[in-house]
Amino acid sequence: MNKALENAWAGLTFIVMLAATYLVFMWVPNEKVMGVVQKIFYFHVSSAWIGFFAFFVVFIAGIMYLKTRDSKWDWVGSASAEIGVVFTTIVLLTGPIWGRSAWGAWWTWDPRLTTTLVLWFVYVACLLVRSALDQEEKRARFSAILGIVGFLDVPLVWFSIRWWRWTIHPNIIESGGKLAISSKMQVTLMVSLLAFTCLYFYLLPKVVRLAKHQSMLREMKEAIRGRLTA
Amino acid sequence: MKYWSQVRAIVRKDLQAEFRTKELLSSMLLFAFLAVVIMSFAFDPTREVVKQVFPGMIWVVFAFAGVLGLNRSFLTEKHNDCIAGLTLAANDGSAILVGKVASNLIFMLVVELVSLPIFFVLFDFRSKGSLGLLLLVVLLGTVGFVAMGTFLAALAVHAKHSEVLLPIILFPLLVPLLIAAVQATGAILAGQGFGEWSLWLKIIAGFDLMYLVVPTLLFEYLLEV
Repeated sequence: MNKALENAWAGLTFIVMLAATYLVFMWVPNEKVMGVVQKIFYFHVSSAWIGFFAFFVVFIAGIMYLKTRDSKWDWVGSASAEIGVVFTTIVLLTGPIWGRSAWGAWWTWDPRLTTTLVLWFVYVACLLVRSALDQEEKRARFSAILGIVGFLDVPLVWFSIRWWRWTIHPNIIESGGKLAISSKMQVTLMVSLLAFTCLYFYLLPKVVRLAKHQSMLREMKEAIRGRLTA
Repeated sequence: MKYWSQVRAIVRKDLQAEFRTKELLSSMLLFAFLAVVIMSFAFDPTREVVKQVFPGMIWVVFAFAGVLGLNRSFLTEKHNDCIAGLTLAANDGSAILVGKVASNLIFMLVVELVSLPIFFVLFDFRSKGSLGLLLLVVLLGTVGFVAMGTFLAALAVHAKHSEVLLPIILFPLLVPLLIAAVQATGAILAGQGFGEWSLWLKIIAGFDLMYLVVPTLLFEYLLEV
């Protein structure tokens, strides 16, 4: 991505994020029962969306890497996994803060909570595997495989916990696709989602570039070491 | 036919190597025994509440003892670069996985068959269900566990500190299987009706299928040298 486009994207992300923050804290009314605590919902849902989306990207990048063997896909996959872990961590932190005041409990073993937690474990393990492998090609191949297996496992986790425990997590999407929140809340949620999506696509190329430079640096080091020993 | 004779050869090799050293089985068995003993210190067997967590304890011990064995299954192949030899010898890489899954399954079933009675004796547990059904759940649960575990063991073996890495990558992926296995075991031990455990049994079978098919498809990519 060229520099001008990237700067423009950074500006856009900043503006949308600012708008989302304004809407959440100044504009949208408080929820009737839960009060001000409910406002965490906008960032919570947006982080969850980015968390899951990031892992979908890991899955696609994994398939593409195994098909094309282009390091580019490995960088995209690893970058997305890192960003995904960060946002899933935010979900796992903001959820209990809200849950404590709304349910009176920090944590329940509800399908959504548990699936998110297991997802977090799977992808942290992916990052661990990456750091434990020395050879670049092997690392790319193995993390692609783990990314695919991890993603395919998530629905199993979801269903097994659903059959095991029923949910108390609020579901704002009613049957027929209608949202069970007021229109001002809908607007705020949409802007927050957009802001986080912009943020994701702002971060992704940066982390990809970092991965690329790391790999270039390693190659240079190898070359120098080869020169020295020759 | 060629495929299955390759699978058989790998199973025979693993069993023979194990029969000569008895390293793996003895350590797995002792570990499982020890884990049951520790469990009975941690959860007083005379208390009625403990009976309710009994199915969970069984699977916790199986899982940890299993990981012990899975770790070894590809580590031993690392000496003298045996993996490369195996890869060259097998014309279909997945035969190695299937063979390894089969031999790991045998090892784990031996450990489970020995440690189950120990569990029942030390916890003075009386099952209200049939023994055949219990063994069926144990078998089905172990198939899924070993299938995914062997695949990830083959992956982890190339990494530094693979012994620590394997459980970290394996257990999150096995969460669904463990939930289903514990639920099914609990329902059967409590002597509940067909409706209670048959659903869980079907779910385990479904997971087994997933855990067998996905690794078999991806194993080819894992083996490349």
